[in-house]
Amino acid sequence: MWLLLLLPFIGLLWVPFYNTDGLPALFGFPFFYWYQLLWVPITAFLIWLVYRDGVRKGVK
Amino acid sequence: MNGQINWTALWVFVFFFALVTVMGFWASRWNRSAKQGAHLDEWGLGGRSFGTWITWFLVGGDFYTAYTVIAVPALVYAVGAYGFFALPYTILVYPIVFVIMPRLWHAAQRAGHVTAADVVYGRYKSRPLELAVAATAVVATMPYIALQLVGMGVVINALGFTGELPLAAAFVILALYTYSAGLRAPALIAFVKDLMIYIVVLVAVILVPMKLGGYAHVFDVASHAYAAKKAGGLLLKPAQYLPYASLALGSAMAAFMYPHTLTGIFAAKSADTIRKNAVFLPAYTVLLGLIALLGYMAYAAGVDVHGNNNAVVPALFAALFPDWFVGFAFAAIAIGALVPAAVMSIGAANLFTRNFWKAYVQPGVSPSGEAKVAKIVSLVVKVGALAIILVLPTKFALDLQLLGGVWILQTFPAVVFGLFFAWFRAPALLLGWAVGLATGTSLVFMDGVKPVHTFVLGTDSYTLYTGIFALVVNVVVALVAQLLLGSRFGAKPLAPAA
Repeated sequence: MWLLLLLPFIGLLWVPFYNTDGLPALFGFPFFYWYQLLWVPITAFLIWLVYRDGVRKGVK
Repeated sequence: MNGQINWTALWVFVFFFALVTVMGFWASRWNRSAKQGAHLDEWGLGGRSFGTWITWFLVGGDFYTAYTVIAVPALVYAVGAYGFFALPYTILVYPIVFVIMPRLWHAAQRAGHVTAADVVYGRYKSRPLELAVAATAVVATMPYIALQLVGMGVVINALGFTGELPLAAAFVILALYTYSAGLRAPALIAFVKDLMIYIVVLVAVILVPMKLGGYAHVFDVASHAYAAKKAGGLLLKPAQYLPYASLALGSAMAAFMYPHTLTGIFAAKSADTIRKNAVFLPAYTVLLGLIALLGYMAYAAGVDVHGNNNAVVPALFAALFPDWFVGFAFAAIAIGALVPAAVMSIGAANLFTRNFWKAYVQPGVSPSGEAKVAKIVSLVVKVGALAIILVLPTKFALDLQLLGGVWILQTFPAVVFGLFFAWFRAPALLLGWAVGLATGTSLVFMDGVKPVHTFVLGTDSYTLYTGIFALVVNVVVALVAQLLLGSRFGAKPLAPAA
């Protein structure tokens, strides 16, 4: 479960992956921008998954 | 903008400023449990009673500072995509908070610790390591407070004032209600501040592109502007990949080592409160990403700041909004400076009281005596920050804040490692801290006070955030020292709780 928290680091620190003109824009936002903004809700969701798992296991 | 006072904007501004001043003083009556009376936990940590919502507003209001609202768009305006490192930074900070901070909270809660340096002393029983962590934090925080003043000064100037009297007056008021109400004052004001900032940014990101012809057009105009001045751009250059990523990672690791963010953590009423906040605080990061875009909108709006990049946001608002909303937006930014400045001064005061006064001057000090000392220190800290801004050039505060980031990162091993394993002992960590600090500081100065350093290996060169490099040196030195010294020096640290 905790490994999920590594995904944002991979997704955001591997800069060449998203620093490109070749991928589509969204609502006028070039890929570089909407991709990074998209990681905000994704990261919150991943943390929530780990949090929920902890609550089930009774983490204090 | 040209020395003319904008009266409508000024009245709206004054109204909101007066509102939060009343709230700040009233906060001393809010939710105070009579039985605790004058206790540092009450003044300095709001009674350790803040639930999920209050913590969300407080940490959000305190981490995303007024200076951020001014400086991030200013950097984006100047250099383009590179300035967006603030976005991955403020995303990656939350997995780190989620993993580390509930443990730190437990360690503090069990023993009644008020500061990170308390936790370090509790773990390692080393006064020198405690002092190293506390002193680093105080020194790194002072320029940060000064920069909040810079942020406030920018909007006060934009209202048409010249001179420093209004800024000094605002800060004296802040100092007085922080003195009387402690952490409850910024916690209460943070509600108003955060709501106002949300309103301003949502209006800006919807209205401004409508006025300027849509986001595609905004990006397009900005792109041409960078091409014309042959600097920056909407994408990073390959040489900027490593600096971008290492600045984001290093800043994320440093963010919750500062006393103002940690004060928000220690004031939470449970570890669960902190975990929930790691889930919900990213909402502010969406806001920050949108705020950063204001730097591009400035091009589309044709705002010209004559090289004074910090004026980009006020100039953009003044150009596009009606006067009353300009006043509202400027008030949001100014109040946005009050919350972090208050929490920073409280965090610094807690550190001084617990890790210097109690440790060296008056070991038998009572909890109410601690509260007295901390209240006075919070005043001294604010006056010091005001003096930095009024007496020294702004560049001095900026340079110090940059160095402060490198320095605070060097406390990471001492504060965090002991929460997870009990292998390192104090002498090794202290040596690592000292070498990391010296390395980072000398590199920053060698580079002419720049945050990144270029290393040449053979024919290749790599540019990295200096703070991250210094942290690696720090950890390696601590590792080697621990292996060489073994367990002969330093008390055995307490095992971390499972």
